[in-house]
Amino acid sequence: MIQVTVNGKAHSFEAPLGIGALLSRLELSGKKIAVERNGEIVPKSAHAETLIRDGDQFEIVVAVGGG
Amino acid sequence: MKDALVIADRSYSSRLLVGTGKYRDFAETRAAVEASGAQIVTVAIRRTNIGQNRNEPSLLDALPPSRFTYLPNTAGCYTAADAVRTLRLARELLDGHELVKLEVLGDPHTLYPNMPETLAAAQTLVKEGFKVMVYCSDDPIQSQMLEAIGCVAVMPLASLIGSGMGILNPWNLQLILEKVKVPVLVDAGVGTASDAAIAMELGCDGVLMNTAIAAARDPVLMATAMRKAVEAGREAFLAGRMPKKLYSAAPSSPTEGKIAPKAA
Repeated sequence: MIQVTVNGKAHSFEAPLGIGALLSRLELSGKKIAVERNGEIVPKSAHAETLIRDGDQFEIVVAVGGG
Repeated sequence: MKDALVIADRSYSSRLLVGTGKYRDFAETRAAVEASGAQIVTVAIRRTNIGQNRNEPSLLDALPPSRFTYLPNTAGCYTAADAVRTLRLARELLDGHELVKLEVLGDPHTLYPNMPETLAAAQTLVKEGFKVMVYCSDDPIQSQMLEAIGCVAVMPLASLIGSGMGILNPWNLQLILEKVKVPVLVDAGVGTASDAAIAMELGCDGVLMNTAIAAARDPVLMATAMRKAVEAGREAFLAGRMPKKLYSAAPSSPTEGKIAPKAA
């Protein structure tokens, strides 16, 4: 099991797990989102092949109403 | 397009830009945006709710990006680094979209812009290929600095964000309009339709607002009023107003051919 933080909350997953699979576990597949890992953007094109690592900090964001 | 607003080589027929925050629900957001006639809408970038949003409606469904130009903002950022990071995420989220609204705030009470951080962020973003519309203080010198950095529009405040206090310093806005060649839009402070009209009559290229519409008793009706005010103000500016005079010895009706005064 590896531990990662997603939007400030701890999650555990069985390794190996790609970011694409992570998004599907979090029920975010197909959503208009952006993913940042440890301060660096992971582009959509790289989600499938990028494996999550123990201790990764993810920020997953959406567009919301704002002025 | 007649009298188009041109920002970063794209033409817009509407000179009213609106925010999408503070509405009751997406239906109201959409109705207000439609009534405003706005083609550019600002959005914020925030963490998604994990595990509770499977069928939650999204803003992008209510306002399809195919119909509106999204302007992701950096609301809530207090440093250049956070603002840059937010807009990189926005660009990834919106599939390479480059037009953004930069705002770096100075403190959470006034939401007054932090100009040194704003200038630093603008520099980085322009270098990275972003088309930056920048919220700023109504300072003509810093507005010129932002233009020199390569921002595609400068957006001075009329008064503080969310205050509804209207155009507090039309003289500074005029100085900015004289000095800056990129579009100048009033961003923040508009409270009601006449404020928007005044901004446009001064010669501003557009007005960006959120709270003035969203916090009105009837947001959709206020959105309509704002659309008309921006159009009316623009037309008045183009028409060229008459000079102000303390009094006029030239009445509008003929002085000749008046009937004889009644004999006393």
